[in-house]
Amino acid sequence: MAELFASTIWPVLLLVLRILGIVVPLLLAVAYLTYAERKIIAAMQLRQGPMVVGPYGLLQPLADGLKLFVKETVIPTGANKVVFILAPMITFILALVGWAVIPFGEGLVLADINVGVLYLFAVSSLGVYGIIMAGWASNSRYAFLGALRSSAQMVSYEIAIGFIIISVLISAGSLNLSEIVRAQQEQGWYVFWHFPMFVLFLVAILAETNRHPFDLPEDEASLVTGYNVEYSSMTFALFFLGEYANMILMSAITSVLFLGGWLPPLAIWPLTAIPGPLWLILKICLVLFVFVWARATLPRYRYDQLMRLGWKVLLPLSLAWVVLTAGVVVAFRTAPA
Amino acid sequence: MLALDKVARTVLWQELVKGFALTFRYMFKPKVTLNYPYEKGPLSPRFRGEHALRRYPNGEERCIACKLCEAICPAQAITIESEPRPDGSRRTTRYDIDMTKCIYCGFCEEACPVDAIVEGPNYEFATETRAELIYTKEKLLANGERWEREIAANLERDAPYR
Amino acid sequence: MTAELFVWWMLALVAIASAVMVVSAKNPVHSVLFLILCFFNTAGMFVLAGAEFLAMILVVVYVGAVAVLFLFVVMMLDINFVRLREGFLNYLPVGALVGLVLLAELVLVGATWALKEPGPGVAVAEGIDNTRALGRLLYTEHFVVFQIAGLILLVAIVGAIALTLRQRVGVKRQDVARQVHRRPEETVTLVRVETGKGV
Repeated sequence: MAELFASTIWPVLLLVLRILGIVVPLLLAVAYLTYAERKIIAAMQLRQGPMVVGPYGLLQPLADGLKLFVKETVIPTGANKVVFILAPMITFILALVGWAVIPFGEGLVLADINVGVLYLFAVSSLGVYGIIMAGWASNSRYAFLGALRSSAQMVSYEIAIGFIIISVLISAGSLNLSEIVRAQQEQGWYVFWHFPMFVLFLVAILAETNRHPFDLPEDEASLVTGYNVEYSSMTFALFFLGEYANMILMSAITSVLFLGGWLPPLAIWPLTAIPGPLWLILKICLVLFVFVWARATLPRYRYDQLMRLGWKVLLPLSLAWVVLTAGVVVAFRTAPA
Repeated sequence: MLALDKVARTVLWQELVKGFALTFRYMFKPKVTLNYPYEKGPLSPRFRGEHALRRYPNGEERCIACKLCEAICPAQAITIESEPRPDGSRRTTRYDIDMTKCIYCGFCEEACPVDAIVEGPNYEFATETRAELIYTKEKLLANGERWEREIAANLERDAPYR
Repeated sequence: MTAELFVWWMLALVAIASAVMVVSAKNPVHSVLFLILCFFNTAGMFVLAGAEFLAMILVVVYVGAVAVLFLFVVMMLDINFVRLREGFLNYLPVGALVGLVLLAELVLVGATWALKEPGPGVAVAEGIDNTRALGRLLYTEHFVVFQIAGLILLVAIVGAIALTLRQRVGVKRQDVARQVHRRPEETVTLVRVETGKGV
C-alpha cells in the first residue's frame, strides 16, 4: 500500500496540486483583468469605473461572479442540449490547458514538452470549436452568424500567427518554450530582432481572441453580442472566463516568444534579484494593457477589412519575414544546427 | 519627398501611434464624472423633481382646491376632488398625482396661486412597483414636510427673477 | 498492464467508437464532432507512441483547419440527410467490400512491418527528437520530392484562383492605401461662411 502511494498516488496528487497552483491564480487574474479593463478604459474615457463594491470597487469582479452564479441557466427549447452545454466547457478548458507548457521560470513548467509551441498553436486553433458549436447549438441566427464570423476570422489569423511563430522558431532553433527563452538570453530578446513581427503578432492575437478592434463575433450593434446571445448564468460565465483566460494565455505566449519570458530586461543586480515568474507576470500585464488600450482606442473593423488585413497584409508580411529570417540564419549560421 | 513622407507615415504606423498616444494621455487627465451615490452635482433652484404639497407655517395646508394645476397638467396626471371643510373653507379630499404620467414640466407649480404644489429638489424616488408611484395627498404632504426647508430656500432664491 | 498501455487502449477504443459514430450518427454535425473526437484520440495515441510532432500537426491541421471547414460546410448546407440515408442498405455491399479491402491492406502492411527488420529509416540517432528527425528526412533526404509536392499544390492554388478570377467593370473598391495616404490638407478646406449668405 505504501509503495502504491509512493509510486502512483503521490505523483498524481502532486500534479493535481501543481495544476491547481496555476489554475486558481489564473482564475483570480481573470477576475481582476475584467476589473483592470473597466478601470483603464474608464480612465481613458475620463470616467471613474466601478467604485461602489468595496474600496475603489475592488470587490466588483467577485460581485459580478456571484451574480452570474445565482442566475438561472436558460437552455433554449430549439437548442441542441448536449452541444449547447459542451461548447462553453470546451472554450473554458482550452483556455486553461494551454498553460501546461508556459514556462514561469527556469525549470518552472508543468509539462516541458519538446513541441511546446506547436501544442499552444494546436490549443489556440481548437478555440474556434467552442464558439462554432455554441453558435450552431443555440439554434439562433445571431449566434450562428457570430460563430461563422468568428471561425472564419480565427482560421485566417491563425495562419499569420503560424508564420510569425515560425520566424521565432527559426531564430531559436527549438520548439520548446524554455529553449526559446534561453535562446533569447543569448541572442537578445526577439522583440528587438523581430520587432515588425512582434507588432503583427499583437494584431493577430487581438483577432484570435476576438478582442477589439476585431470583435466582430461579439458585435453588439449587428449581432446582439453574437455567438453567446442564448447563454446565461454559468454557461455564459464559462465563455466569459474562457475569453479572458485566452487573453492572458496569448499575452503569456507573446511574453515568452518575444519579450524574453522570465528574463529580466538587463542582467544587472537589482533586476536579477527579482524572481523570474514575477518578470513574466509583469510582461503579461504589459501585453494585457495593450489589449485593453487597443479596446479604448480603436473602432471596430468592418468584416471585409478584417479579412483583407489578415490575408493581404499580415500573411504576406509574415511570410516574407520568415524567408528573411531563414536567409539571415543560413547566411550567418546563427542557429544551432 | 512627398512619397517618402507617405511611405514613412505608413511604415511607422503614424495614425496608430497618434491614436494610442491620445488615449494614453487621457488616462492621466482628471476624471469628469462624479462618484454618484456619494458625490452629487449642484442643482438649480428651479430644478423640477419630486412633487410636494406645502403648508403654511401655522400648519394649515396651502392648497385651496382651485384645480388650476389639474386643468393645466398636459399629461393629466393630477386628480383633485374637493369638499367644504366643517369650518367652511374649501379643501381637497383627494389630491393624486400619477408620477408615471407626470412629465415634470412644472406647469402645476406655475399655475398654483398659493405656492401649494411645488416640484422639490428630490430626484431619488425610484420605486420597485408602479403602484408606489401613484402619489396620494398624504404622500405629497409628507414630502412637503420632509423637503420644506430646501423648497422654501429654493423659492426664496428664485423669487427675484419671477 | 501498465498505466500507459491502459490509456493507449482507452484512446484506441474511443477512437474506434467515435469513428463508428461518424458513420452512424443521425445528425451530420454530430458526425463531424465525432470525427474531431476521433482525430483527438489518434493524436493522443501518437503522443503515447512518442511521435509528439505528428500528434500536434494532426491537431493543428486536421482538427484546427480541415474539420472546421467540414463543420462549416455541413452546417451551411441544408441537406435532408435522412433522405440520403434511405438507400443505406442498397449501398451496404459495395461499402462493405471497400471496407474489407482496406482492412486487408492494413493487415498486410501491419504484418510485413512487424515481420521486417527495422530499416535504416526507423532507427534514429539518440538525442534527436522526432521533430528534428522528420525535418532532416523531409528537407534533406527527400528534398526534391518535397519541393515537387509543394509545386503541385502551388499549381493547384493558381489554377483555383485562375478559374474563379473574373474582371468585372463598374465595381467600386476600397483602396485602403489611398485612404490612408489622404491628408487633411489635401481634402479638407476650411471656409469662413458669413451669416445668412451660405457657401
